Amino acid sequence: MKNPLDSLWGTIISGLILTLVLYNIVKHFLGG
Amino acid sequence: MEYVPALARWLHFMAGVMWIGLLYYFNFVQVDALKAAQADGTAAGITKHVAPRALFYFRWSALVTWLAGAALLGGNFFQAFGLRGVYAIIGVGAWLGTIMLFNVWVLIWPNQKKILGIVQATDEEKNKARRVAFLASRTNTMFSIPMLFFMAAGAHAAIFFG
Repeated sequence: MKNPLDSLWGTIISGLILTLVLYNIVKHFLGG
Repeated sequence: MEYVPALARWLHFMAGVMWIGLLYYFNFVQVDALKAAQADGTAAGITKHVAPRALFYFRWSALVTWLAGAALLGGNFFQAFGLRGVYAIIGVGAWLGTIMLFNVWVLIWPNQKKILGIVQATDEEKNKARRVAFLASRTNTMFSIPMLFFMAAGAHAAIFFG
């Protein structure tokens, strides 16, 4: 499998997915 | 004493703009520019004159950003890094920024010194350094997206986390 960080779009999409994942974890953690 | 967080926030923004601005320059501009320059034999213009200067401001602005951020957190520093309560929001941003600072000083800069010939390295070491520095830089670009979200979201907790 190709490393998504090898392309700019792969890097940006990975960053957006990571944002969503962390957001949901923190939201759950705060009981929101 | 209220001046300390206000000035720290200002410094945090200025240094942060320089740090992430140069990070985006490396990732959005220089990587592809270097490939094109290597093809027409003009890469030295970038590797000798541009990259060392950009890396100087990049690594030091990263450190200033972190220190100003720590000063801005002030007495809430351990609550943020301990992800306690509502401080978990800014805390996630602070942890991402801290990992990014580590990547700059431990992975990017020492490997860039080998790539740019500031320290001696064999061709094999240079190739390995190129890959490590590239992936650390791309990781920081990826981390910058949630890092900036959590920095901004901290001021709008009721909307995002209410």
